[in-house]
Amino acid sequence: MRVAFFLIALLINTVYADAIYPLPTAKQEAQFKHLLADLRCLVCQNQDLADSNAGLAKDLRAEVYHRVKEGQSDNEIIKYLTDRYGDFILFNPPMKGITALLWFAPWMFLGFGIIIFWRRFR
Amino acid sequence: MKTFHWRLAPFFIFLALAVVFWRGLALDPHHLPSAKVGQPLPPFELQSFDDAKLSSKSMLGHVSLLNVWASWCMACADEQQVLMQLAKQGVVIYGLNYKDTMGNAKEWLGEWGNPYEQIGEDVEGKVAINLGVYGAPETFLIDKQGIIRYRHVGALTLLIWEKEFLPLIKSLENVG
Repeated sequence: MRVAFFLIALLINTVYADAIYPLPTAKQEAQFKHLLADLRCLVCQNQDLADSNAGLAKDLRAEVYHRVKEGQSDNEIIKYLTDRYGDFILFNPPMKGITALLWFAPWMFLGFGIIIFWRRFR
Repeated sequence: MKTFHWRLAPFFIFLALAVVFWRGLALDPHHLPSAKVGQPLPPFELQSFDDAKLSSKSMLGHVSLLNVWASWCMACADEQQVLMQLAKQGVVIYGLNYKDTMGNAKEWLGEWGNPYEQIGEDVEGKVAINLGVYGAPETFLIDKQGIIRYRHVGALTLLIWEKEFLPLIKSLENVG
């Protein structure tokens, strides 16, 4: 029973979202959805823009919506947002000088591990 | 010389990581780096009460503060007495009234005091988005050329004013 309620609630939610932000093509709808899921709400930082009810998140959602509707590309929309809010708004940090360690540290540690293992059991 | 103990390497790597992450715990996640520091103020012209206007152009030629506030913002009331003091000392403060109504804003200023040279009504919060604002109160330091030099998130205190703003303002006043 509870599960049924939950499912109905989920369903209502999606219908609701589509009613506020109607988009002409399925492609744009998909773009809008995946952009919102990749963008961080800056007020409640562990939520994405799609889920957050903070005032700023609503404004940014509307901003992204208008840009998607105008036919802007992902890159254009993401640049618009990072120009204002920095890379922190992205859940996936872009690869650049300052984030290189973040991206490569796991491989570095794997390398360390292999070296240590090899030294130990040679 | 003794040979390097490779067996101990993972332990030291663990120690180094533990120190890094432990220090990371003390960071405030709400202190985000601002993408806008060093960039010119986004151009805007906003309506204010009494038919006055606040435009980014009128902020050129002098060092000033741009304070983002709203009547619904609790921390703004705490901050207001600090701003009143600064205004008395002759600091030029502009107000960006963020997602507020004129009636509420006027009433609030009547209660807490009005330190602002000029106020702009950013009803939809569009100018705030262009500034990279994510909540009130926020305070920007703008130089004579209209470049954003510093941004403080949260209520301004005299301590922060003396530590962060004053030295910067002094160096900005001396240039050009």
